[in-house]
Amino acid sequence: MIAALAFYLFAAILIASAVMVVTARNPVHSVLFLILAFFNAAALFLIAGAEFLAMTLVIVYVGAVAVLFLFVVMMLDIDFARLREGFQRYAPVGAVIGGILFLELLLVVGSWSFADQAEDLRLAPITGDVTNAQALGRVIYTDYVYLFQTAGLILLVAMIGAIVLTHRQRPGTRRQNIAAQVNRSGSVLLEKVPSGAGIATLGIRRPPEPEAEKPKVTHEAGHGHGGHH
Amino acid sequence: MDGFLASPIGILAITVAQTLALLVPVLIAVAYLTLAERKVLAAMQLRRGPNVVGPFGLLQPFADALKMLMKETIIPSGANRVLFILAPMLLFMLAMIAWAVIPVQDGWAIADINVGILYLFAVSSLGVYGIIIAGWASNSKYAFLGALRSAAQMVSYEVSIGFVIVTVLLCVGSLNLSDVVRAQERVWFFIPLFPMFIIFFISALAETNRAPFDLPEGESELVAGFFVEYSSMSFALFFLGEYANMILMSALTTILFLGGWYPPVHVVPFTWIPGFVWFALKIALLLFVFIWVRATFPRYRYDQLMRLGWKVFLPFSLVWLVLTAAVLKLTGWLPA
Repeated sequence: MIAALAFYLFAAILIASAVMVVTARNPVHSVLFLILAFFNAAALFLIAGAEFLAMTLVIVYVGAVAVLFLFVVMMLDIDFARLREGFQRYAPVGAVIGGILFLELLLVVGSWSFADQAEDLRLAPITGDVTNAQALGRVIYTDYVYLFQTAGLILLVAMIGAIVLTHRQRPGTRRQNIAAQVNRSGSVLLEKVPSGAGIATLGIRRPPEPEAEKPKVTHEAGHGHGGHH
Repeated sequence: MDGFLASPIGILAITVAQTLALLVPVLIAVAYLTLAERKVLAAMQLRRGPNVVGPFGLLQPFADALKMLMKETIIPSGANRVLFILAPMLLFMLAMIAWAVIPVQDGWAIADINVGILYLFAVSSLGVYGIIIAGWASNSKYAFLGALRSAAQMVSYEVSIGFVIVTVLLCVGSLNLSDVVRAQERVWFFIPLFPMFIIFFISALAETNRAPFDLPEGESELVAGFFVEYSSMSFALFFLGEYANMILMSALTTILFLGGWYPPVHVVPFTWIPGFVWFALKIALLLFVFIWVRATFPRYRYDQLMRLGWKVFLPFSLVWLVLTAAVLKLTGWLPA
C-alpha cells in the first residue's frame, strides 16, 4: 500500500518536473528541474528494489553530469527573447516530427511480444542470496567482461579525442614546474623557533622605540634597517 | 506494545526517536566544534581564544547562535528569492541526512542498507548544489566566482575519493558500512592502505572546502566567496553545514580506515569502553587534524589545487587501486 502510494507520488513528481524542464523560462530552473527528475527516477529504482542503480543514478547523473550542465548553463549568458524567436514559424514542423516519432513508438510497442518467462524474471530479477551490486557485478564483470572493456575503451577514445580537439598549444606560455621549484635550494630558510620564546631571544628585534633609538643612531645606521614605525 | 512497534506508525516513531538520538549529539558536536576550532587555533597561535562567555568560553557557541538569530535577514534585490533561501537549507539538510547510514556501533545504524557507502558518496557529491545555487541565486560576482571554484574543486576531488573508496571496498567485498568496519576487526585499513588514507584525508579537506583548499571562500580575493550575500540564520546554516560536513567526512574516514567502533587492541581496559565512544574519539582526533592543518598550511593557488587533484591524486589512486587488486588476487586474500 505504502509502496504503491510512494510510487504514484514519485512518478507524478517525475513527470511534472520533466514537463517543467521543457517549459521553464529560465534555463537554470530547467536544469534544476532535471535534477529533481533524476532524483525521482532514483526513488522509483529504489521502490523496484534496485538500490545499486538508484545510487549510481544519483552519483553519476546528479553528482557529476548535472553539475557540469548547471555550470555551463549558469556561465552562458542566454538571451531568452532570441531563443523564443520564430517559435510559431517552426511549431508545425516540430509538431509533424513529434507526431511521426510518436507513431513509430506506438508501432514498435504495439508489436512487442513478451517472452513466456518475462513475467517471472521481472518479478524475481535476482536470486535472493546475492545483493543487487553483486548480481550486477556478475553480469557486467563476469559474463560480459569483454564487451564492458570495449565500451570503456570507446569512451576513453572519445575522451582523448575531445581533449585533442580542444587543446591549444600557445607559444610563450610559461608553465610552472613544481618539482624544480620544490627542489630549489637556498631560496627559503626554515628556522625552528622554540614556542613561547618570544622574538627577543632569537635576536630578531622590533624597530627600537624613538627615545631609545636616539643614542644608537650611529651604531645602527650601518645595518641599513629601515621602517621605524 | 510489540504490535504497536511493528505497525507503520510504530516504525515511524522508532525511526524518529533514533534520528533524534543521533542528530542531537551531532548538532551539539557541531556547536562545540566551532568553539574547539577557535580554542585550538588560539592555542597554536599562542592566544587564549574565546574565554569570556561561560567557564572557558563554553557558552560561546550559544551566544553566537543567539547573535545570528537576532540579525536581520537580508535578501539582495537582484537575487532569485526562492533559490536564495533554498540553498543553505539544502546544504544543511544534506549534511544531516548522510548520518542515516553511519554505523556508530555494531548494529547502531539507523538504516543499515546494502549500498551504504554509495549513499554517502552520493550525498557528499550533492553538497556542491547548495554552493552553486547559493552563488548563482545571490546575483553577485564574488558569490558566483566562489561557487564556480567550488563546483570545479568538489567534482575534481570526488574522482580520487571514488577510487579510494573502491580500493577499500576491494578489501571488504561489501558496500555495507557495517561490513566495512567488521572487516577491520584485526587490522585497521590505514595500515595496509596508508597512502590511500592520506589521499582520502586530503581529498576530504578539499571536499569540505577547508583550509588549505578553502578557495571557494578565499576572503582575500572573493570577500567571503559563495555566501558573501548571506546574513543571519541563512548564513548560520552554511556555517553549521560546513562543520557538520567536517564531522561527517571524519566519520567516513573513521569507518573506512580507522576501524569504526573497534578499540585499537582487543585487550581488557580498551574493550570496556563502549564502541560509540571509540568512534567519537577517532572522529575527534581527525577533527583536530582538520584544525591543525588549517593553522599550519597557507592556502593553495587555484591552478595548483587542480593540478594536485587531477595530475597527482587521480593517477596515484588509480595505480594503487590496480596494485591492490593485483595483490589481493595473487595472494588469494580477495574476499568472497
